[in-house]
Amino acid sequence: MSAPKETLGRTIGIVVAVCLVCSIVVSTAAVGLREKQQINQQIDKQTNILDAAGLLEDAAGDVQSTYSKYIEERYIELASGKYVEVTADFDMFKAAKDPEYQVIPTPDIASVFRHSKVVNVYHVKDENGALKRLVLPVYGSGLWGMMYGFLALDGDGNTVRNLVYYDHKETPGLGGEVQNPAWKALWNGKLLFKGGDVAIGLSKTATPDNKYAVDALSGATLTSNGVENTLKFWLSKQGFGNYLSQQPWKA
Amino acid sequence: MSTDSKEMRKVLLGPILDNNPIALQILGVCSALAVTSKLEIALVMSLALTSVVAFSNLFISIIRNFIPSSVRIIVQMTVIASLVIVVDQILKAYSYDISKQLSVFVGLIITNCIVMGRAEAYAMKSPPLMSFLDGIGNGLGYSFVLIVIGTIKEIIGFGTLLGYEILPLVQNGGWYQANGLLILPFSSFFLIGGMIWFIRTIRPAQVEPKE
Repeated sequence: MSAPKETLGRTIGIVVAVCLVCSIVVSTAAVGLREKQQINQQIDKQTNILDAAGLLEDAAGDVQSTYSKYIEERYIELASGKYVEVTADFDMFKAAKDPEYQVIPTPDIASVFRHSKVVNVYHVKDENGALKRLVLPVYGSGLWGMMYGFLALDGDGNTVRNLVYYDHKETPGLGGEVQNPAWKALWNGKLLFKGGDVAIGLSKTATPDNKYAVDALSGATLTSNGVENTLKFWLSKQGFGNYLSQQPWKA
Repeated sequence: MSTDSKEMRKVLLGPILDNNPIALQILGVCSALAVTSKLEIALVMSLALTSVVAFSNLFISIIRNFIPSSVRIIVQMTVIASLVIVVDQILKAYSYDISKQLSVFVGLIITNCIVMGRAEAYAMKSPPLMSFLDGIGNGLGYSFVLIVIGTIKEIIGFGTLLGYEILPLVQNGGWYQANGLLILPFSSFFLIGGMIWFIRTIRPAQVEPKE
């Protein structure tokens, strides 16, 4: 350790130089790879939609072409429940921060904090182009943070086929079990509405023949409450309620 | 030259059994516990860590004579952190599924004691080529443990290896009842402990003297 190394100017100079070089390297990597990462994220999202649509096994690795063949992206205005047209780069999560689209829900039972007044719905079509399922984006707070998922319904707008969570911060092994295939399978065939009201819920005493209740996750009460509130919120008139009762996809 | 290549071999291969960073130095155990539930993840993590150690050793060794000792840890951290971010970005671009499963553990390579330990203990005092080899060597030592643990855990916990079925599971009509214990991170404690026992049995010199 020779003395001249330790002068203040030299120390600062070297630190600045190291930082500069490192930041150039990091930003080059981040910018250079961004396009590839975005494609990956898009494929990942399409994979989750196909999973909710029950088409993931048929896709057999070819997510993009299966997606473009069977999935139709539509947009609805929540308040009216009617289909609307939007620009090609519309993103419901970005729109939630845009004053033109933003809705601050009251009451906010699922702690979604804000959402867009226009949201995505995905039509799942069969070979002949007839509607087979609807996939609705849902989100709400769990224990540790926002949980994002897709709810897949039959064309009657009432029968659940799947609930796929693709992004959450719940505890692995407890709340994280929302992604457990065995638990996800419990949703198949459940009914959302009884006499026009949202009836679906999570319960500790749910039995397989109860059409309106899914077994809550053991050891994860707050996550289970989050899932239930998320569904209650998005199926109410604040969410997809109008859309699902008017059933404009049948028109 | 012959002593040189001997030294190189010692630096490169020594950390696998004789001076294993996990088994002897007991460094980097946390990530070894967490990312070994499947062999594929363990392999990618090994690759990520090996490249970070090797290149951080290389770069730190190149600039070692310029680093003021008062801020050397910070400079080392800056170099290591930058490399980790680059590795994370590359994984996100080319291996998105695995990077999702590794989640925070790639970022946590920054805090992996092996990387800091080698930079401080070796790269600050040695020429670039040897430091680079030392990094690869220690990366291999880490990888060796991860691969062994990952193999055991995946076969016993899932009945598969790299996703291929080895032991047919009861759920799929086979005979093997998967052992869920081995999927959990803490089962690596037993396995790493067992490995340390094994290595110290065949290399008694590593046994710590009684206090």
